[in-house]
Amino acid sequence: MLEDKDRIFTNLYGLYDPMLKGARARGDWDGTKAILEKGREAIVEEVKASGLRGRGGAGFPTGLKWSFMPKQSDRPCYLVVNADESEPGTCKDRDIIRHDPHKLVEGCLVAGFAMGACAAYIYIRGEFANEAKVLQAAIDEAYDAGLIGKDSCGSGYPFDVFLHRGAGAYICGEETGLLESLEGKKGLPRLKPPFPAAVGLYGCPSTVNNVESIAVAPTIMRRGAAWFSSLGRPKNSGPKVFCISGHVNRPCNVEEELGIPLRELIEKYAGGVRGGWDNLLAVIPGGASVPVIPKSVCDDVLMDFDSLREARTGLGTAAVIVMDKSTDIIKAIARLSKFYMHESCGQCTPCREGTGWMWRVMTRMVEGRAEVPEIDTLDQVTRQIEGHTICALGDAAAWPIQGLIRHFRPAMEARIAAYRARPPMRMAAE
Amino acid sequence: MSDFVQPEHFAFDAESEAAIPPLLAKYPPGKQASAVLPMLYLVQNQLKRQTGSAWVPTAGMNEVARRLDMAPIRVYEVATFYFMFNLKPIGVWHLQVCTTTPCWLRGSDDVVAACRAATGIQGWGETSADGVFTMTEVECVGGCVNAPIIQVNDDFYEDLDAESTKHLLDALRRGAPPKPGSMKGRQTSAPEGGPTTLTTLHFGAES
Repeated sequence: MLEDKDRIFTNLYGLYDPMLKGARARGDWDGTKAILEKGREAIVEEVKASGLRGRGGAGFPTGLKWSFMPKQSDRPCYLVVNADESEPGTCKDRDIIRHDPHKLVEGCLVAGFAMGACAAYIYIRGEFANEAKVLQAAIDEAYDAGLIGKDSCGSGYPFDVFLHRGAGAYICGEETGLLESLEGKKGLPRLKPPFPAAVGLYGCPSTVNNVESIAVAPTIMRRGAAWFSSLGRPKNSGPKVFCISGHVNRPCNVEEELGIPLRELIEKYAGGVRGGWDNLLAVIPGGASVPVIPKSVCDDVLMDFDSLREARTGLGTAAVIVMDKSTDIIKAIARLSKFYMHESCGQCTPCREGTGWMWRVMTRMVEGRAEVPEIDTLDQVTRQIEGHTICALGDAAAWPIQGLIRHFRPAMEARIAAYRARPPMRMAAE
Repeated sequence: MSDFVQPEHFAFDAESEAAIPPLLAKYPPGKQASAVLPMLYLVQNQLKRQTGSAWVPTAGMNEVARRLDMAPIRVYEVATFYFMFNLKPIGVWHLQVCTTTPCWLRGSDDVVAACRAATGIQGWGETSADGVFTMTEVECVGGCVNAPIIQVNDDFYEDLDAESTKHLLDALRRGAPPKPGSMKGRQTSAPEGGPTTLTTLHFGAES
């Protein structure tokens, strides 16, 4: 269990001043120049040693990602921060941006310096208009105080931070879709390779990181890799902001160690499942894209990348969506299918056509107006979409349905049986 | 509002003009197309100031294209790809009701019903007869631990139920929007009843 002294986001709930004065009182911008003086290599090595894995969903080692940036480049290099937080269930970056914006701005400088970037572009989702105002004010303060700009923190290193607002497209949370959007185009993801570290923003070497990954970097540098990796579990180190939503008594965000048991997370911080643990039906443990797990798995699963992968789901963004026994689980997943249909960029046929097809079949499954073998057809179609698209949105649309079929097939069959057994009057009324 | 008129001309006003140079300064020389989203926001906000309705007419897109040295079609395709640009006039208050699973689990159906009852709007994307409200179904707005949520213009109203939605809409109709945030009086994303973590740390006065 994480103690307050080991929490990074000490203003998570916005109880204190988010601006520079308050941020300094909480330890931000403390000795930043000394961190930079350690040099690029040392920062990358420290972050590697901390075991920090990307907080945006994929869990790729952050330090390793930074090391892919060229050591020498005749083109400018960029850090791009993904603040397009749009994964259903996820609202952690919002709190970091509006309550601890200086952690992010300082993180941009530290990470940007470590990868030899001349500037950071923070791409924030359009809906976060008020959050963007707070962040812009924090950036302006940092410029005025000489923390960033021509001579960042008196280090002699020139570094700019720019805020860029998106306009309501989930696909721009995909790193190459984000880059396209930042260049002023539709957010259509790019084929990889080339990877952004070689050809990214404006064709220049770029690294795209999640807000939380960047915002924890200065604290790692100040408190050391050993401190960070002492929290959590091996290969799943550090604290993490969890978002607990749905059928719990007190939904909330909370920072805890990776590897905390799901049940403890829900009962200790979110007031437990509505109606008690035995009233739990299922949990989506990492945002809409990861497969749902039934109560039997929830009973003892740990909340980290590897434990959840073993349970055939994922940590994703650590957005825990809780559903009690009153939930129509088929409808809950069908709504996610509608989400992916709405957000598909339309570039790849399997996703463009498949997300709409899956949603239409799922709406029939909600009613039970289907044949039992269609469940297998649906499962097969998800597998024809998964892995056959440029970006992971196709996979993300497929996995929730696969999880539903894997764990709740009897419920789907019962729904079909109930529809068939409906009284004839209802048919006449249709 | 199905039969609306596209204005023939659009020109940035002084307030918008003042905002353009700092926008363009964010991007490297020759990469001014990056400013297309912020420029379209300028158009939409200007329309809101001038007409009370936040939307982007075609003439505005053409002006953005001219300023950024882009082919108009490139601006049209951006304006139609991104969901937050309204391509026809909308009401004074844009009710962007989230119905994605986390909000739905917490009762967004009741919120939708309360909106329909209070505004008389039956379909999505429609504007009330008096031009006060437009109701749009939106996908996850990113405040899921405070679900269900309506985003009204730029502000999030959180932790809603049928009753508080009705009060919210009454207040909007009176032109007196309440303070955004939790309608249950919660401290942002902390659990109801107050934080259970970060209680041993103190950093001066609470804001």
